[in-house]
Amino acid sequence: MSPRKKPETFTSLRRKLPRLRNKLDNVCEMFLANLVMLSEIPAPTFGEEQRADFLSQRFAEAGLVNTSIDDMHNVVGIYPGQGDEAERNNILIVAHLDTHFESTLDHSVTVTPRHVIGPGVCDNGLGLAVLSTLPSLLQQVDWPLESNLLLLGATRSLGRGNLDGLRFFLKHNRLPCCAGLCIEGVQLGRLSIMSVGMLRGEIVVTVPETYDWTSFEARGAVALVTDVVRRMMAIPLPRKPRSTIVLGSIESGTSFNRMATHAVLRFEVKSESSDIVRATAADIEDICIELTSESHAEVALNVIARREPGGIAFTHPLVRRTRGIMKALDIPLTTNPSTSELSMFIESGIPAITLGITGGEKLNSLREQADIGSITTGLAQLLGVLAAIDRGYCET
Amino acid sequence: MIESWLKSNTYHHSVFWDIMNIVREKQRQQLTISLCIPTLNEEATIGKEIVLFKAELMERYPLLDEIAVFDSGSSDDTREVAASFGADVYLSSDILPDMGTRRGKGENLWKAIYQLRGDIIVYVDADIKNIHPRFVYGLVAPLVYRSEVKYVKAFYDRPLAFAQNIRPSGGGRVTEILVRPLFSLFLPELAAIIQPLSGEYAVRREVLEKLSFPVGYGVETAHLMDVYQQHGLAAFAQTDLDQRVHHNQPTESLGRMAFGIMRTFFTRLERYEMIKDLGKMNTIMRQFQTRDAVHEHLLTEIQEEERPPMIDVAEYRQRWKK
Repeated sequence: MSPRKKPETFTSLRRKLPRLRNKLDNVCEMFLANLVMLSEIPAPTFGEEQRADFLSQRFAEAGLVNTSIDDMHNVVGIYPGQGDEAERNNILIVAHLDTHFESTLDHSVTVTPRHVIGPGVCDNGLGLAVLSTLPSLLQQVDWPLESNLLLLGATRSLGRGNLDGLRFFLKHNRLPCCAGLCIEGVQLGRLSIMSVGMLRGEIVVTVPETYDWTSFEARGAVALVTDVVRRMMAIPLPRKPRSTIVLGSIESGTSFNRMATHAVLRFEVKSESSDIVRATAADIEDICIELTSESHAEVALNVIARREPGGIAFTHPLVRRTRGIMKALDIPLTTNPSTSELSMFIESGIPAITLGITGGEKLNSLREQADIGSITTGLAQLLGVLAAIDRGYCET
Repeated sequence: MIESWLKSNTYHHSVFWDIMNIVREKQRQQLTISLCIPTLNEEATIGKEIVLFKAELMERYPLLDEIAVFDSGSSDDTREVAASFGADVYLSSDILPDMGTRRGKGENLWKAIYQLRGDIIVYVDADIKNIHPRFVYGLVAPLVYRSEVKYVKAFYDRPLAFAQNIRPSGGGRVTEILVRPLFSLFLPELAAIIQPLSGEYAVRREVLEKLSFPVGYGVETAHLMDVYQQHGLAAFAQTDLDQRVHHNQPTESLGRMAFGIMRTFFTRLERYEMIKDLGKMNTIMRQFQTRDAVHEHLLTEIQEEERPPMIDVAEYRQRWKK
């Protein structure tokens, strides 16, 4: 990073924030409109094109430089900083475009005086509304930055997407980034600085057509996948380093009286230690092999994604300054590790954090609910962090 | 005439994607545009409409000069929600109080002409789940770009299966089994209006102020017939706004709607001297329902009272110096 003069102290920057929050009231409607329009465009993982096109149009309307859609259908645009072009830093702000909801579901959003309600509103309509509103917002509240802002709507983030959009962008991007901000809609006060080790997988149970259903020990796929769950839960995990197995979903069967021939169990192993993730994965693989030999059905483990643990320290200037900004806005701090976009930044060696924008409830349901009242606080927090990075307060 | 009109005056909203260009043309002509949203117990959907229209069509693109909600006396929080998002909110009964209050959406649309200042007034219903700025700019644009167009009506795709690239014209049930057959019989050119009953349309003030307004179900039909009589088919345009998601009405309600529309329709045919000796029409709609093997006779009075052209109202002429 190039050294720059510091036109104001961090303390004076912090003092500006409550007043900034009040000014943001005037642009909140534009934010809400973007939130509604983006959330109403279906964007299941691998089907984000329509939403990406809309975001790209918003970037173009805002006059972003080099707005483009890449091979992964990521949308990127540059909000140019006001500093000397040769010395400008680049700050990468990313929000994922995809949601957990199929395009066939009703994506209508409802707006009440206190909440915005609908599928994907929190995860991650809010993050995308930040990207699409940020250029107008910076201009309207007169919040000048020397650095360029690289605004990125990333595809293929969730589930099987495995962060492929952001991975592709970081691999091919030629602009060096001094810092990264991942925007996840909720919760306000969230500050993720570490990525835990993770293995995301599915266990597929397939009972062959030739299976002997008359056998006394014949069991369908439901019983077999239940056995897998029982054995996985018996795998010993240490308290330190913190480790867990998350059982996400099971799909199987079609009726009351027919044994299922197919079952899928989706899960994640998470740990602060990569060794424990690897050992647990080996245990799960053994369970699959053992059950296959016992049952004559096929029990197969498919690994969908892996993450290595890492991150920046709690004492890193980026984290310290962010905490200071949150305190200035009376935002209660919650630090949780992340397995999302943040881990890509960690792999790429870019100091980064994940921030939330507002409060929310009923996450991952069709009635996800985002609080309107806290949005200006979340946006003031974001602008504060951007200014802190821009002025060089977050450099080591 | 119908074929050439369909070609020249039927649009898809996407051709008006350049909203800034509409705004520039509006400013060049020094036009003002008002949005009227008539409401009755719409607290669930009104907030989104106001947020979207205000942010997109007042702040981002200054296409609208005012957004106003005209409420018939909601018992829910419609007025409070609309006001909280910055709309001008009027209780219909507070406008022109000396002329009294009538029940019905047409009453709100009529009083909006008195209250609003726009050279163009665009009407959008409040119950649209998939509301989008296109519901306004798609209707306003033909008026801004073409001075000879006076009345722009919305129509919608209906998600029906269709083959060989031919699809139904897209009207609702009352349109297809009542209004279009009536138009085909008596005013065949009007049958080319794909959704004559849609609640979304934009109209020049100079036309609106000369229309009398049935306060109930017949208001849209009356508009089309009167504008057609005064200006011909060339004064109309229509815009495809893709899909409109809303709650369907039960058949009994549609029956009452059809009754009101027919009263309005035949009253106008008589006024135009297209039919004679119509006699006095009944005001009672008769419907039947069966409950425990007993056939019940349901009577509903549907008057279809009309408000006079606003230009005939002295307070209006005084307010707008006409």
